[in-house]
Amino acid sequence: MSMRQIWVAFFTIVTKEIRRFMRIWPQTLLPPSITMTMYFIIFGNLIGARVGEMDGVPYIDYIVPGLIMMSVITNSYSNVASSFFSNKFQRSVEEMVVSPMPDWVILLGFIVGGVARGLAVGAIVTGVSLFFTDVQVHHPFLTMLVVLMTAVLFSIGGFINSLLAKKFDDISIVPIFVLTPLTYLGGVFYSINTLPELWQNISMINPILYMVNTFRYGILGVSDIDAGGAIAAISMFIVVFYILALWLLKRGQGIRS
Amino acid sequence: MAEPALSIRGLTKVYGNDFHALKGIDLNVPQGDFFALLGPNGAGKSTTLGIVCSLVNKTAGQVKVFGVDIDTNFSLAKYHLGVVPQEFNFNQFEKVYDIVLTQAGYYGMPMREARPRARQLLEDLGLWDKRDNVARMLSGGMKRRLMIARALIHRPKLLILDEPTAGVDIELRRSMWEYMRRINREEGTTIILTTHYLEEAENLCRNIAIINHGEIVKNTTMRELLAELDTETFILDVSGPVEALPDIEGLERVAHDDSQLQLSVKKGQRLNDVFKALNDAHVDVVSMRNRANRLEELFVNLVAEQNQAGEIRS
Ligand SMILES: Nc1ncnc2c1ncn2[C@@H]1O[C@H](COP(=O)(O)OP(=O)(O)OP(=O)(O)O)[C@@H](O)[C@H]1O
Ligand SMILES: [Mg+2]
Repeated sequence: MSMRQIWVAFFTIVTKEIRRFMRIWPQTLLPPSITMTMYFIIFGNLIGARVGEMDGVPYIDYIVPGLIMMSVITNSYSNVASSFFSNKFQRSVEEMVVSPMPDWVILLGFIVGGVARGLAVGAIVTGVSLFFTDVQVHHPFLTMLVVLMTAVLFSIGGFINSLLAKKFDDISIVPIFVLTPLTYLGGVFYSINTLPELWQNISMINPILYMVNTFRYGILGVSDIDAGGAIAAISMFIVVFYILALWLLKRGQGIRS
Repeated sequence: MAEPALSIRGLTKVYGNDFHALKGIDLNVPQGDFFALLGPNGAGKSTTLGIVCSLVNKTAGQVKVFGVDIDTNFSLAKYHLGVVPQEFNFNQFEKVYDIVLTQAGYYGMPMREARPRARQLLEDLGLWDKRDNVARMLSGGMKRRLMIARALIHRPKLLILDEPTAGVDIELRRSMWEYMRRINREEGTTIILTTHYLEEAENLCRNIAIINHGEIVKNTTMRELLAELDTETFILDVSGPVEALPDIEGLERVAHDDSQLQLSVKKGQRLNDVFKALNDAHVDVVSMRNRANRLEELFVNLVAEQNQAGEIRS
């Protein structure tokens, strides 16, 4: 295929993916807005008032970045996982497989779709948070970079999950048993400085901690980890996941017998 | 000589459960051909075609599409192919028009080119009125035609049809034949067809391969194959019971029915003589028809022969 044709094919997947989550917005865009509003009211206002400060900032300001990241992570992941899996389930994935599109175009198309959903929900949650507090972004570039990279990484994760999944249940296992615990323990609601040293050290092997804290640093200017190292680590994860996803796709894992 | 549209050498497929679905088959489909790949259920037809269009991974062997090896440039090989698989494989909740346009996009065809082409195809296949329906709401025959429209959107040079007329009514089947003949003749599209309606293959196809248990048992032109048929069997409807059968070679009663006789005619045997003898014996023939379509007769024999050979070997 020529570059132009590849571009058309890529654009086809991306618009199809974006249209999909826009069309079913009551399932994709609405729920996170409602859940996050609850979090803001309950943890931010009601409980937060008693907590006081966390790492030197009001509690509501502390959890806003964490909750935005949590939304981005779950939404990019589940967008790709469920969209690609339903393509497998309906067999319409074969439309892509028989076409001359290179595998990387398929993968990239779905990643961009997942990133779009992650960022759309991230933006909505940010919008909602403005009703509860007004947050100044200290490092806009770093903030955007880390949220983008996180969305990319979890979109790829969702893709791998959908390739390996055999039934619909298989695409909710990872979010429930891996993503949610890691996110909750990844410093969304508390600073790891509040933990005993042992648990601080254990927390340090949780990759989500680095994303959440770098993002929080971008917004609030406070953090318990080194932003540069975190960006490097996320980049490395992206490369590894991308190569793995592409390899599985080339093999036709879960697609070709 | 021009490269064949499809050339297959030593193609082998062993499925994950250690089932040998293809045992090293060779196949050649010349450009512009209308080719029939026939075989009983489970013979390996869909497996073969699936490998060609990348829905199945091959175990060993070589596949070339217009001279392009799928191992070296699968993307280019796939660009030449249009595929109508045996099973419905579109998103049931998508609209007919969108399904065809999306496929165009996957082939890198810009929308302004794809829209008129999609319209033309949907009109030709009688689906334009249904363009805004979700695919789930189409009848079985319409779904098949939708897959044909989708397969043709990028003007493939080789069209692969895996049982395109399964579950399609007679009238529609005929109009689909007309359509396939037209694109074969006018646009020079090479067509490979699998079907269980042997009459369809006999009508449409110039070359034929018969596959059974993952092996090609016959690969020849339709004309030569039909010429191999050395006996043809007719059913004669007679009025009233026949007292004594006249002494005609190949004539016998159909066991369960007195008003029907079965006649196997060897090549070269003249029907005039047969009828004269029937006449002399006062057998009143009301009508006569082929017991089976000619290709069907050959097919059944070939497959039975190979199955027997298989039993002896194993
Ligand atoms: N995914 C699979 N895993 C294991 N065996 C398979 C798989 N797909 C097909 N087979 C086996 O391979 C053989 C050939 O199947 P194939 O679908 O190619 O047959 P076919 O000639 O297309 O038959 P039909 O006329 O019924 O469509 C069958 O015995 C089938 O059971
Ligand atoms: Mg089949």
